Amino acid sequence: MEPLKMIEKDIQPMDVHPMNDILRMDRLPHIWCPGCGIGTAVTAFAAGLDKANIDLKKTCIVSGIGCTGRVAGYIKLDSFHTTHGRGIAFATGIKVANPDLKVIVFSGDGDLISIGGNHFIHAARRNVNMLVICINNFIYAMTGGQVAPTTPLAAYATTSPFGCVEPPFNIPYLADSSGAVYVARWTALHVRRLTNSIAEALNKPGFSVIEVISPCAMYYSRINRLGDGLDMMKFYHDNSEIRHGEDTKNLDIGFQTKIIVGKFVDRERPTYMDSYNKWLSGTKKAEK
Amino acid sequence: MKANPRDVNTGTYYMDGDVAAGYGALAAGCRFIGGYPITPSTEAAETFARIAPQAGAVFIQMEDELGSIASVMGASWSGVKTMTITSGPGYSLMMEAIGLGAMIEAPFVILNIQRGGPSTGVPTKTGQADMMQARWGSHGDYEVIAIAPDSPQELFDYTIKAFNLSEKYRCPVMIMADECVGHMSEKVVVPPAEEIEIEPRRFYNGPKEKYLPFKPDKDLVPKMVKAGDGYNLYITGLVHDEKGYPIKNQLEKGKRQKLPTRRLVDKIRLNADKIIELTEEGMDDAEVVVVSYGISYRVAIRGIEIARGKGIKVGNLRLITVWPFPDKKISELASKVKAFVVPEINYGQIVFEVERCSHGQANVVLVPHGGAGVHNPEDIAEAIEYAVNEKKKIRKVVEWKTRLEKFVFEGGYKLNK
Repeated sequence: MEPLKMIEKDIQPMDVHPMNDILRMDRLPHIWCPGCGIGTAVTAFAAGLDKANIDLKKTCIVSGIGCTGRVAGYIKLDSFHTTHGRGIAFATGIKVANPDLKVIVFSGDGDLISIGGNHFIHAARRNVNMLVICINNFIYAMTGGQVAPTTPLAAYATTSPFGCVEPPFNIPYLADSSGAVYVARWTALHVRRLTNSIAEALNKPGFSVIEVISPCAMYYSRINRLGDGLDMMKFYHDNSEIRHGEDTKNLDIGFQTKIIVGKFVDRERPTYMDSYNKWLSGTKKAEK
Repeated sequence: MKANPRDVNTGTYYMDGDVAAGYGALAAGCRFIGGYPITPSTEAAETFARIAPQAGAVFIQMEDELGSIASVMGASWSGVKTMTITSGPGYSLMMEAIGLGAMIEAPFVILNIQRGGPSTGVPTKTGQADMMQARWGSHGDYEVIAIAPDSPQELFDYTIKAFNLSEKYRCPVMIMADECVGHMSEKVVVPPAEEIEIEPRRFYNGPKEKYLPFKPDKDLVPKMVKAGDGYNLYITGLVHDEKGYPIKNQLEKGKRQKLPTRRLVDKIRLNADKIIELTEEGMDDAEVVVVSYGISYRVAIRGIEIARGKGIKVGNLRLITVWPFPDKKISELASKVKAFVVPEINYGQIVFEVERCSHGQANVVLVPHGGAGVHNPEDIAEAIEYAVNEKKKIRKVVEWKTRLEKFVFEGGYKLNK
């Protein structure tokens, strides 16, 4: 196979882990289960940070609570592990108080879209300059597989033992309609594209959202009899379709249906700090 | 350190307490307020939003109180002084974050202009019923500092003090004012900048590689850095070690670990004498001491006057700092006096602290008020009179039946048997 050869050629004997500068090696091993997609997303994030060519000293990462909430603790930046759902609000404070900082919110679907849903839409509306990476594993995994606002209709979860009866959130559509300037979705299988997307979004001024569909082998797949992490990856491979620029209305995910991935929104809007400073300089002139 | 002249609008004003708090925040060096409008605290937010640009400060109106307080903590770790402004219902929403604030030792101030009653209550009228919530509202063990100002001038002065305390002890500091003080208009003197003492942030300036974000100083308070200085901070609400890393793993390995929650409590308890501020008057020969705070103190002054007119020896103790509670002072007084009289605008909160600290040595009389107004000073005077004449040792809090209680509840509810 071609890709394997390519990797082999690149491998050089090393003393330290290639991501030593970005990961907190002293905190490993991490808490994620075998087959989980969060680790893959973190790898893509670390590679994306490297690729984006930004000042890591001036970069902060904020997480909420949950499996993905633990990401901040493994990344060697200024990391903040806050309360459930408040990652974006916390990050807004960091960014507004010190606009020189680059802020990334890395959290899960339950944290960002359910308990933190209000902060998500309002930060998008304000267009606060931050990148939100939302790992969507369709379930509350840290607490043992309860139904989430992203659980597809009819999928099982421990608190929806007869199948989920509520329609799920379409995260890119929510982000798009709230005003996000960059919206993309990838699965944990699309590592290279996810990496590129993260690098691109890091240099994009404004509120950017990247949704990462990620397998939860321990709960979502097990309860729904979908096999292990590898089977989920296989499913992503066979059922995801790249459609850049697709209307975000069409991005609903059903139970084991096709997953449309790609970059859907990339537009320009004045960021919160731009508007604030513009308003401020306007009033100063008026005073004179 | 003196205040920055750019932050201080020196002059003599006739303003209400909320406005004074807004001026006080800026004078203290506050650079970020995340708030959400709620009666009766809105004037403070409006004032700050108006005057913030003169000092390069920011007011952001967040989507809710949960967001306000989270943004305030983020801004605090970003290296600036921060505050949020709220009242009862908003304060309830902030409780979880107060625990996080104590845990990550982010210095910030919460201005709570208390309203009457639970839930929506009486939004435009006064109350003092959040006092226990201020201390115990969030889950788990932690300590906070709470101050109760009694006038617009004090809302200016003590807002500055609250910032100083939060920077010094790195904990959430609450200004527990009430609607009456917040909406009362009085003369407020904003002194020149060089007369305002402010506490700078305790920034770390040692070698970078030796920095531990939660390693305490001699006074048990760690030094701080800010995000973006290249320290690779890890700040978490999980119980963490001095490095900031969660300690669960070490506990499993059987290492001896000092739980940092112990320090969160001790840094306030052991420094309590330095933090606590009280005023006392007429204590020397007092038979009864009136313990009060906030607006109730100003009402109590008149009640005490009436009682003294009848020849009763009354001492007047005012709690400016309500939390940490002045245990020592109350215990000391309990052995000397016959009784304490505690007027407060609730059905008994701080009175139980007074009872606890008096260790059964003195009677404790509560003069309650259900909110939406202040006491009638006559009631306080009568409660003092009762307390001085009561010969028995009553080993529980006695509730004095005020005129209002008698009138509205006709002596209180009775259970049908």
